[in-house]
Amino acid sequence: MNSITSNVFGPAKSINVARVLLCLEEVGAEYELVHMDLFQAKEQKSPEHLARNPFGLVPALQDGDLVLFEARAIAKYVLRKYKTEQADLLREGDPEEAAMVDVWTEVEAHQYHQALRLIMLECFLNPTLRGLPTNQAVVDEAVEKTKKVLEIYEARLSEHRYLAGDFFSFADLNHFASTFYIVDATPYGSLLDSYPRVKAWWEDLMSRPSFKKISANMTTK
Amino acid sequence: MAPMKVYGWAVSPWMARVLVCLEEAGAEYEFVPMSRNGGDHRLPEHLARNPFGEIPVLEDGDLTLYQSRAIARHILRKCKPEFLGAGSLKESAMVDVWVDVDAHQLEPVLKPIVFNCIINPFVGRDVDQGLVDESVEKLKKLLEVYEARLSSNKYLAGDFVSFADLTHFSFMRYFMATEHAVVLDVYPHVKAWWEALLARPSVKKVIAGMPPDFGFGSGNIP
Repeated sequence: MNSITSNVFGPAKSINVARVLLCLEEVGAEYELVHMDLFQAKEQKSPEHLARNPFGLVPALQDGDLVLFEARAIAKYVLRKYKTEQADLLREGDPEEAAMVDVWTEVEAHQYHQALRLIMLECFLNPTLRGLPTNQAVVDEAVEKTKKVLEIYEARLSEHRYLAGDFFSFADLNHFASTFYIVDATPYGSLLDSYPRVKAWWEDLMSRPSFKKISANMTTK
Repeated sequence: MAPMKVYGWAVSPWMARVLVCLEEAGAEYEFVPMSRNGGDHRLPEHLARNPFGEIPVLEDGDLTLYQSRAIARHILRKCKPEFLGAGSLKESAMVDVWVDVDAHQLEPVLKPIVFNCIINPFVGRDVDQGLVDESVEKLKKLLEVYEARLSSNKYLAGDFVSFADLTHFSFMRYFMATEHAVVLDVYPHVKAWWEALLARPSVKKVIAGMPPDFGFGSGNIP
């Protein structure tokens, strides 16, 4: 194991693993993904993994002696460690910019993802992983919630090129995985069509080499 | 420099998260009370500050911030960066880990217990006992991990108090007012850590605005 390489533990298709991998790609860090089988072998509950993440979740990251869990915490560690002038996704040198990165990172976790997650669960995860039928009533309610959130995003992206301001940041990056699954794995990607600024922002993100690379390992097509 | 302004109601655990940080930071701030019952958070004036129509909101000069953890980080970054482990890759990472454990694992389990056991009876909603019981079982599993952590570390991020500890305060405060507070008794390090938090002057000050029944008993709902 190369001492300058980090190891990331978890399956590439996991939203939270992808969150970390995207950051590693953005900063050009060396890393190795150690795949884990969460469904048959339930490797997340193995003593070996619990030693890395006592909560038995993915991802975990090992960088030398340091072992971290919680995807956003890992991601920020990576972004700070490998920060350059070109790749400064947290903007911690500028209090106002850093604050806006934090706001929209929190908005993704507590507003955006909360609106999208039941669409993902009912239309993608439940049918694919659990053989369960889609509960359309749940989906319909989630779609209404999503539209309200997308209205706010449309207004924000009408004022700024990216979420935290006119610079690409960790805030935008955090939106990748759930948006990707909605677009790639459910019939509801067309929701974006009614929000042109959001759609343009999404297409801009997906044109980034890191996003193309990571999404290639997640596509259901 | 004009003092920071924070908008909301003091009984809110999200508001309290911010207030504790303001107090720890020794920051000058103005508290602008809003009425939840009166729907102040849905008025155009407030939606202009926070389009999601929620509190707390912080104004600091030209900055208007929302989402309690983003607000808290801004205050600490400005006034008490050591509480974020700033300047140390490892310390800042450990703070972030345990802030996120609270946000994504503990709070989702404490919230249904607090809402069902304290709020629902007052607002005429049924108590979902099945959900409460399930949440308490999940909580015990989480507390096992916290106990192990706090057996070898004085505070969550290591040997220094940080935002990771402070961020836990406000939801724990309400959980500890329910009948399920006794679950902490079998986790002595967690209990000691909790009692140390309660002893902090910042926490004592903020808790004064957080009656254990959210103000319902006295009719003092925001």
